[in-house]
Amino acid sequence: MNTIGQDIPRRDGHAKVTGTATYAYETPADNAAYCALLQATIAKGQVTEIDITDALALPGVLTILTPGDVQKLTPVENTELHVLQDNEIAYRGQIIGAVIADTSDIARHAVELVHFTYHVDEHDSAYSPDRDDLYTPDKLVTGAPADTSTGDVDAAMRTATHTVDHVYSTATNHNNPMEPHATTALWQDDTLILWDSTQGVHAVRTTLAEVLDLRPDQVRVICPYVGGGFGAKGEPHAPVVIAALAARALPGRPIRLALTRAQMFVLVGYRTPTTQHTRVAADDTGRLTAIAIAATGQTARIREYVEHAGAATRMMYAAPNRATSHRVAALDVAVPTWMRAPGECPGMFGPEVAIDELADALGIDPIDLRVANEPDVDPESGNPFSSRNLVACLRQGADRFGWADRAPRRDGDWLVGTGVAAAVFPAFTMRATAAIRYDQGRYTVEIGAADLGTGAWTVLPQIAADALEVPLDQVDVGIGDTSYPYASTAGGSTGTATWGSAVLAAVETFRDKFGTDPNDGDEAEGTHDQGPFNEQYATYAFGAQFAEVRVHADTAEIRVPRLLGVFAAGRIINPRTARSQFIGGMTMGLSMALHENSELDPRFGHVMNHDFAGYHIASCADATDVRAFWIDEEDPHVNPLGAKGIGEIGIVGTAAAIVNAAHHATGVRVRDLPLTLDKLLPGLP
Amino acid sequence: MAPAGYRRGVETAITTRVDGTTRTTRVDTRTTLLDLLRERLGNTSPKKGCDHGQCGACTVLLDGRRVLACLTLAVTTHDHDVTTADGLAPDGDLHPVQQAFLDNDAFQCGYCTPGQVCSAVGALAELAQGHPSHAGDITADPEPTRAEIAERMSGNLCRCGAYTNIITAVEQAARG
Amino acid sequence: MRPFDHQTPANAHTAVHLAAAHPTAAFLAGGTNLVDHLKLGITHPDLLIDLSAATTAAITELDGRLLIGAGARNSDIAADHRVRTRYPALAEALLSGASGQLRNMATAGGNPLQRTRCAYFQDTTTPCNKRRPGSGCAALGGFTRGHAILGASDHCVATHPSDMAVALTALDATVHVLGPDGERTIPFVDLHRLPDDDPTRDTVLDHGDLITMIELPDSPIARQSRYRKVRDRASYAFALISVAAALEVTHGVITDARLAFGGVAHKPWRARAAEQILIGEPATDDTYRLAAETELANARTLDGLDGGNAFKVPLLIRTATAVLRQLAEEPR
Repeated sequence: MNTIGQDIPRRDGHAKVTGTATYAYETPADNAAYCALLQATIAKGQVTEIDITDALALPGVLTILTPGDVQKLTPVENTELHVLQDNEIAYRGQIIGAVIADTSDIARHAVELVHFTYHVDEHDSAYSPDRDDLYTPDKLVTGAPADTSTGDVDAAMRTATHTVDHVYSTATNHNNPMEPHATTALWQDDTLILWDSTQGVHAVRTTLAEVLDLRPDQVRVICPYVGGGFGAKGEPHAPVVIAALAARALPGRPIRLALTRAQMFVLVGYRTPTTQHTRVAADDTGRLTAIAIAATGQTARIREYVEHAGAATRMMYAAPNRATSHRVAALDVAVPTWMRAPGECPGMFGPEVAIDELADALGIDPIDLRVANEPDVDPESGNPFSSRNLVACLRQGADRFGWADRAPRRDGDWLVGTGVAAAVFPAFTMRATAAIRYDQGRYTVEIGAADLGTGAWTVLPQIAADALEVPLDQVDVGIGDTSYPYASTAGGSTGTATWGSAVLAAVETFRDKFGTDPNDGDEAEGTHDQGPFNEQYATYAFGAQFAEVRVHADTAEIRVPRLLGVFAAGRIINPRTARSQFIGGMTMGLSMALHENSELDPRFGHVMNHDFAGYHIASCADATDVRAFWIDEEDPHVNPLGAKGIGEIGIVGTAAAIVNAAHHATGVRVRDLPLTLDKLLPGLP
Repeated sequence: MAPAGYRRGVETAITTRVDGTTRTTRVDTRTTLLDLLRERLGNTSPKKGCDHGQCGACTVLLDGRRVLACLTLAVTTHDHDVTTADGLAPDGDLHPVQQAFLDNDAFQCGYCTPGQVCSAVGALAELAQGHPSHAGDITADPEPTRAEIAERMSGNLCRCGAYTNIITAVEQAARG
Repeated sequence: MRPFDHQTPANAHTAVHLAAAHPTAAFLAGGTNLVDHLKLGITHPDLLIDLSAATTAAITELDGRLLIGAGARNSDIAADHRVRTRYPALAEALLSGASGQLRNMATAGGNPLQRTRCAYFQDTTTPCNKRRPGSGCAALGGFTRGHAILGASDHCVATHPSDMAVALTALDATVHVLGPDGERTIPFVDLHRLPDDDPTRDTVLDHGDLITMIELPDSPIARQSRYRKVRDRASYAFALISVAAALEVTHGVITDARLAFGGVAHKPWRARAAEQILIGEPATDDTYRLAAETELANARTLDGLDGGNAFKVPLLIRTATAVLRQLAEEPR
């Protein structure tokens, strides 16, 4: 009867291996029309003239949306949603119109026939940590202050016997889920239906209803399958608003809009570059006396999003003197957003390499150094950790990886080294409601959750079956539809913990009301809403990342033949889907370490390598042996389910472990990502 | 002739066998095989991940060989045989490669998966025919080692990072 | 993408005459680059001449030479036993290019004619002299990590992306061309051109010229050849640099050599100066290094937003040295 912890195959597996799972664009619909976007080819200025004559004359073109010629939208906090409201252009690639046509061929052809005239303003798209107009954000996206300081880091740096003081940097990364953002939109009978590729159907409904000045019950959002999101589908972006406007322009006609891969580099967010001035100081025994990070990044002038790269340093290690800060440059660039483990992923690069550098300087094993600096309580809040098993992760990982015998070696043409880094990600939950209904011997759970490949289709029935104490095959589940009860967005690694806790609440209510012998049609709801942050405990998942790196002695080509991670992330619901999430995060971390680098050309204002040939993500040959393990962790404090969330921690620390291993192999310390061969080559004999 | 910009699409009738069924359609010469399948024939098994031959999500078997549907113009498939991942599972009975993907959890979001599956079927056929790869000695007969499989599957990107499991799945399928 | 007609002529002569009569026609072979360009708006043909019936995919032998039909798919060429044993560098080059799917599509005739992947060439919203003559070269002052260090001009610093072409350049291949005025052959090494003041032209071919065959000579040294590609990703990536080499060593002395570089110029770069250094010298690292250094003596590297491409010089010297060493120490 106990299915939690069991290796249960995915319920959506058959549909996915045959390709019959229908993603947003693929929703069956008769007589669909196709939408193609018009985009600014300047980075700042105004549209002064639009000539749509040629495009409209093309047979099959139905209508063309242009600036100022669409419904007046309600201003919302997310200013990127104010599409086509005026002639202003705030970044290159901004949507300045849309063509709707009978076929996608005609729509794309018509895009070439629309002619824009611009007034061009001087733009400024060049990020540099040395700009003189960096500003301090009011607060971080987590609500925490931008800057913190305890003790006197400068003094500790001056007096310490060992210090590390370097600038580390991470590159701009684009989320790039394999499914580009897509919507099929239908306006019918004063109701808008959006089959949208999103991490949260309810968030899309709430926002779109507000923007479009509709009642929420006039908007239905459906999304049974999502082709990956990694944060880019965490909140609605401009294209879904265009799809909705197009649908209203052509009532009764389903409108299909899918972004091109190139548009994925401008319209749906990205992780900003970060510069991390990191300082650590220690005594001869390796005890930290100070740790500090000054993080700099960029945001778009039209909407602030600050990558909170300094956050993890506040809680990671015990040190009496600590300081963190965030500065940001507002530029004429596309709007950034969350990307897998925002904050922690880039923010655990600089410090975890710095710790490795310190271990090197001290001649102490980097695992021992980390263990020596384990805090008793959260250094920032003073609260106890609800559970903190970093040391267990490091120790178990060392055993499994074969850390003990780690002298760098040469194997033929390859220089071989190993590296380690720690990982952390906060554990919190959001608000969600689940409904449970009984009918003819079967229970149906309904909740507006999303399965991004994370396994919600599979794990939510497990949680329900165990709570109901019925066999798993008696439980059905429905997710991804606003006709189901409200559920939070799949983000922040909160999905399973939040929705699962809601399912537990619903089961409890159901059993309270109807007992164990319900009648057909009996139905109950339960809500999980404990507030995102725990007042008594510091709640985090932890992990340890181990990497083997091989560097070719002639060419400096870099390979990562082995990655191994051990995680402490609370209760694991389904080891099969959990392992996939961990190794998926680690693989994306490898990709970040070696490849990912969005190259924004400030002369033009947009990313030039806006395709998969130019923006490399790891290929199959790059990640052939990625293994994840976890320690059994019972944490009664995090939430009723005891799960901490596993979608993001796998990417945290991976890049640092790889960079540390490359140093171990070659003696060359690279402090800016990605780690490419040209950075190692000058240091090779 | 009118300037190209103002021309309407040129249509041609083609007959293509898709997943065992003969389909006759009038297609715009510009239409790719991928758009023909997805937007005209209602077969959304092959996915559009990049539309420029850089991700492999649209991989189908054309006369039994793996190709990219996004770079194949539909008109060139006249009188040819196209198989998608859906067609590999007639009546829902999974192909051994599909079963291996299920068994090894070789996917997460599933968007690249039909392309991965078709690519693996094509790759295993190429292996069986003795086709060499970059991962091995080109003068020897190749074996389905992890390195060989990884190299041969590298034309299919997976952002969820399922590669390790994909390799294991293809190994399983190769063992038969 | 703009509309176009599609015709499938039954033979090469008809294809060529059709092209000659249509100044904006384009030949369609595997389509892996052309269809991409149609989508990107880089080219706007009003007629596609489908070569599926006009060219042969056969690989045949004649007097010890190997004749590869222009329609032969990259994967089939690489799998051909004669290619694998007699021209291993060609097989290795083909197998290091693109992906399994693309190699099943791309043809012998089309692969060498693929165009640069310079981001500024492919993005039609930025200046590019190759795409729009006179508009300027946006790569200069931009991202140049993948760009040329040899033979570039102020008008264009793009590199040629083909791996296959580098091997064919080293192995003394010949291209058979059918044009409106009849048949002719072109040494492969002369097929591609440097950008000079007209980067719009990648090759010496004129409109209507059709590659019908690629010929490999009867070449004992080709059996001792290798192709080494250095790239950022372990697979499915264009070359940062590449080396195609063949070496003949007798009693420790280099008696003959072929060397070509990829990823460094507007064309596959035959390293004649290096070959001259190698021949007659002892087969040692010093010789290999000197040869590569000599070839790169005139290299001009570029600054760039990404740190530029100066790293290609030491990378190429080290890689060429390693490849030549391997050929000498591990004969095939």
